[in-house]
Amino acid sequence: MEVEQTALPGIGLRHDFTTRKGQRVGVISHRTGRRDLVIYDKDDPDAVCQTVKLNDEEADALAELLGAPRIVQRLNQLHQQVEGLVSVQIPIPAGSPYAGRPMGDARVRTRTSASIVAVVRAGQVFASPGPEFVFGAEDVVVVVGSEDSTAEVAGILVSG
Amino acid sequence: MHHTAVLFLEFGAVLLGLGLLGALALRVGISPIPLYLIAGLAFGTGGVLPLATSTEFISTGAELGVILLLLTLGLEYNADELVTSLKGNARAGVVDLVLNAAPGAICALLLGWGPVAAVAMAGVTYATSSGITAKVLSDLGWIGNRETPTVLSLLVFEDLTMAIYLPVLTTMLAGLSLLSGAIAVGIALLTVTVVLVVALRFGRFIEAFVSSPNSEVLLLKVVGLALLVAGLAQQLNVSAAVGAFLVGIALSGELAEDAQALLAPLRDLFAAVFFVFFGFQTDPGKILPVAGLATLLALVSMVTKLLTGAYAARRAGIAKAGQARAGIALIPRGEFNIVIAGLAVGAGVHPDLGALAAAYVLILAAFGPLAAKLVQPLITAIAKRA
Repeated sequence: MEVEQTALPGIGLRHDFTTRKGQRVGVISHRTGRRDLVIYDKDDPDAVCQTVKLNDEEADALAELLGAPRIVQRLNQLHQQVEGLVSVQIPIPAGSPYAGRPMGDARVRTRTSASIVAVVRAGQVFASPGPEFVFGAEDVVVVVGSEDSTAEVAGILVSG
Repeated sequence: MHHTAVLFLEFGAVLLGLGLLGALALRVGISPIPLYLIAGLAFGTGGVLPLATSTEFISTGAELGVILLLLTLGLEYNADELVTSLKGNARAGVVDLVLNAAPGAICALLLGWGPVAAVAMAGVTYATSSGITAKVLSDLGWIGNRETPTVLSLLVFEDLTMAIYLPVLTTMLAGLSLLSGAIAVGIALLTVTVVLVVALRFGRFIEAFVSSPNSEVLLLKVVGLALLVAGLAQQLNVSAAVGAFLVGIALSGELAEDAQALLAPLRDLFAAVFFVFFGFQTDPGKILPVAGLATLLALVSMVTKLLTGAYAARRAGIAKAGQARAGIALIPRGEFNIVIAGLAVGAGVHPDLGALAAAYVLILAAFGPLAAKLVQPLITAIAKRA
């Protein structure tokens, strides 16, 4: 998909693109901060047939509705796209030496150079846990690093 | 009655009258400029209700109006946009210049008004009113249209041309010799170039000097700087209007937006005074004899603008309906055509020039936006059939 950017001298900027179904949509960013959501006519692709004028607050609300879940999705894709960087999810087994101990004890980053970016416990996400975070059995640890280093982390968390 | 009392009474009545006319224009959906001109005709020489006392005050106000009009026009575009438009749209811009300056120039020559009047009339038919066109685009929801960038960059090109045209016209009107005329034009070109380069490279220094968190200080600094440069430009025979325009271009970014917002009410006040003053100077009795000619000129230059818009839009890969819209959006003439005619009238080029220009702008300022509205359904039909 290609987003076209066009300067509108004296007014601001226009961004537009065509959806896979052939509908052209755009956003006009006025210098005054106003945003217009514009829908192009199917019969006359040069002409706008519907303009939705949005003030700052409305534009933010719309962006949030469209954007928040999309941003998480994009972050995930980003991880997959960076060469050599993997993100893996490692469950902590009941017999793990670190179950019930603070994360700092495992010294994961020093030993493997991989990073623990989040811990998922009972469906709840603890993002960027600190060294004082105490692991529990059945926690799922999200690790980002190279293929080898993340495998080492798995070894540490299972058998010490 | 006391002199000051009469002055206030007259000026107050004029402004109030303009306010009421503006409200009327808003209701009908046209630009208020033609109504202001008609008001000026009524109050001026040979009009229904000639004013006596406030003419001098209004004349100074009109000069300020021109400065403020050009200053805010310069603020609208930054140097980057001017240069980009110059690079990308030079060819369409030249077509615009040739096609639309021709009707006015040819008309003046056929009437035997001489070369100076021809140059002035060329300017009167050439410039599209960026103010009215911007309003048409926004009112009809055409801002997002794909032909709109083409229209806007033509407007930018026209404004840049004005920066060169106005000094040329001023020198010719001053009746300077070929040599001193050439020197003045040279100075003008040099100044335009220097200002563009300074604005592109060192814009932040100017901004650092002018900018202020206090809106009062900012307003005084911007207007003061514009008037100072305008006075200097006038002294160098470059035209005060161009000086103010260049100050506007040199300021850009957030500062320009703030200044624009601050200046808008001031400009609206004095620009209205300017249109009235132009009406003042025109004898309504002279309008009728040139009305037919003005209509013919208006029709011809409507066609030339349509062709210009269609050509520019086709080059940008826009389909038939969009080409028509681009042409229609360019039809309105307004403030700058009157500014140009005002300069020529002030220099006494030809007694009928003012009346012809007034009638011409009356027609196109009023009819341009209406034409766009009326033609909209027709264009939609063209698009559907294609």
